[in-house]
Amino acid sequence: MKIEQAMWLHEQHELLLEELCELSGLSETELRELVDYGVLAPIDSDAQHWTFSADRLIVARSARRLRKDFDLDPHGVALAVTLLERVHNLEAELRDLRAKLPGGGAG
Amino acid sequence: MKYKDYYGVMGVDRKASAEEIKNAYRKLARKYHPDVSKERDAEEKFKELGEAYETLRDPEKRAAYDQLGSHRPGQEFRPPPGWEQQFGGGSFSFDDIDLGDLFAGLAGGMHRAGRGGGKVPVPGEDYEVTAHISLEEAYRGTEVDLELSVPEYDESGFPRRVRRAFKARIPKGATDGQRLRLPGKGGKGRNGGRDGDLYLNIALHPHRLFRVSSHDLFLDLPLAPWEAVLGTSVLVPTLGGSVRLKVPPGTHAGRQLRLAGRGLPKPHAGAGDLLAIVQIVVPTVTSERERALFKELAEASTFNPRGHFEQEAAK
Repeated sequence: MKIEQAMWLHEQHELLLEELCELSGLSETELRELVDYGVLAPIDSDAQHWTFSADRLIVARSARRLRKDFDLDPHGVALAVTLLERVHNLEAELRDLRAKLPGGGAG
Repeated sequence: MKYKDYYGVMGVDRKASAEEIKNAYRKLARKYHPDVSKERDAEEKFKELGEAYETLRDPEKRAAYDQLGSHRPGQEFRPPPGWEQQFGGGSFSFDDIDLGDLFAGLAGGMHRAGRGGGKVPVPGEDYEVTAHISLEEAYRGTEVDLELSVPEYDESGFPRRVRRAFKARIPKGATDGQRLRLPGKGGKGRNGGRDGDLYLNIALHPHRLFRVSSHDLFLDLPLAPWEAVLGTSVLVPTLGGSVRLKVPPGTHAGRQLRLAGRGLPKPHAGAGDLLAIVQIVVPTVTSERERALFKELAEASTFNPRGHFEQEAAK
C-alpha cells in the first residue's frame, strides 16, 4: 500500500494568500476582511504578496465553517474566532501547567 | 438504501415549521459544532445534524424526504415508485446509496452533479480525522492506518459510498494537538474541481511516566531525603534510553532538573527538553537502625523548615 506523506501545518511553513483561500474555502475578500479585523495576520503586511504561516489555515478553516454553519456576518465570525483562539490558548496554558504539576495529568 | 430519521436527529416534529427547524438547528449546532463543542462525538453528531438540516430547510428536498415515508433509522427501504423521476430527474439503483449524498445532489429537481447545466467545478469535501498515537511513536515518527467513507460519483453524477483505506506517514516531530494535511486525500472533486484534503489531528495517548507540554517532557523524579541533601547521580528514563542525571547537593522538592534536547524532536531541527521534577519521598517501612539514625539526625540538626512561620507570628 502506498504511504501518503503528511504535510506539517505549523509556523515554519508558509502559504500564499491564494493558497490559503483555496484550502480554507474563503474568498479573497473574506480573507482580507479577517485580516482587517485582526483575526489573521500575514507574516509581513507590507509585502506586495501576502504570505501566512501554515498554522493560520486552521483558523481560516474554522472561520469558514463558523460563517457557513451559523450564518454569521464577518463581524460575528471575527468575534467567534477571536474568542475561540483565546479558549485554545488558555487550554494550552492549562495543559502546560498540568504537565509541570508533580504527579499531575498522567492518565 | 438505509433510512435516516432527519426529524429525529433535529428533535422536531414532522409538522415543524421552517422557523422551528431553523431554531432547532441553531441550538444543536452550538452544542455540537466541532469548532465549539467539547462533546466526544461532536464531529459525527454535527455531520448528522448538518445533513438533516440541509434536507429539511429546503422545501423541495423536505417534500421529497417526506414522501419516503417514515421508517426506523438504519432500516433498508426503497423509495415509492416514481419518486426518483419526480425528484431526481432520472432513474437509478438505490443500492448502497447514502441518503445524505442523494439529497446533497438534489437541487431544483435536478441532479446537480452530472445533469442539466450543472457543470460548475465542485471541490471535493475536506475530512478531519484524529490520529491517536503513543509518545514513543511521536518520538520516532510512525505510520497510521486510515479509513474513510467518501462519496464518489459515477458518470451520470450519482453518488456511491466507497471506503478508502490508506497509510499515512507521520514524521517525527509531531506533538499533541499538531495538525497535518494530506493533500488530495479527501473527497473527489467533480467537473474539474480540486480533490478535498484530509486533515490529521494528532492526539497523544497519556504516558505512564512522561507528561507533554509542546515538545518538552516532564517527569517526576523521586529522591530519598538523603539523596536530596547530599546530592547524587541517578539513571533517568528518556524516550531515547536511560541517561545519567546529576542531582546537586541541597536539591529541594519541586526543583526542575533539565536534560536539554531529551524531549520530543521538533519538526525541522532541535528537540524539546526533558524536565525532571524533584519529589522528596520518605520510606514507609523503616528498620530500628534507620529510626535511630533519623533520631540522631533530628537531635544534631539546627535546621528549622518553618522559620518563616515564627517570623510571621512575631510581627
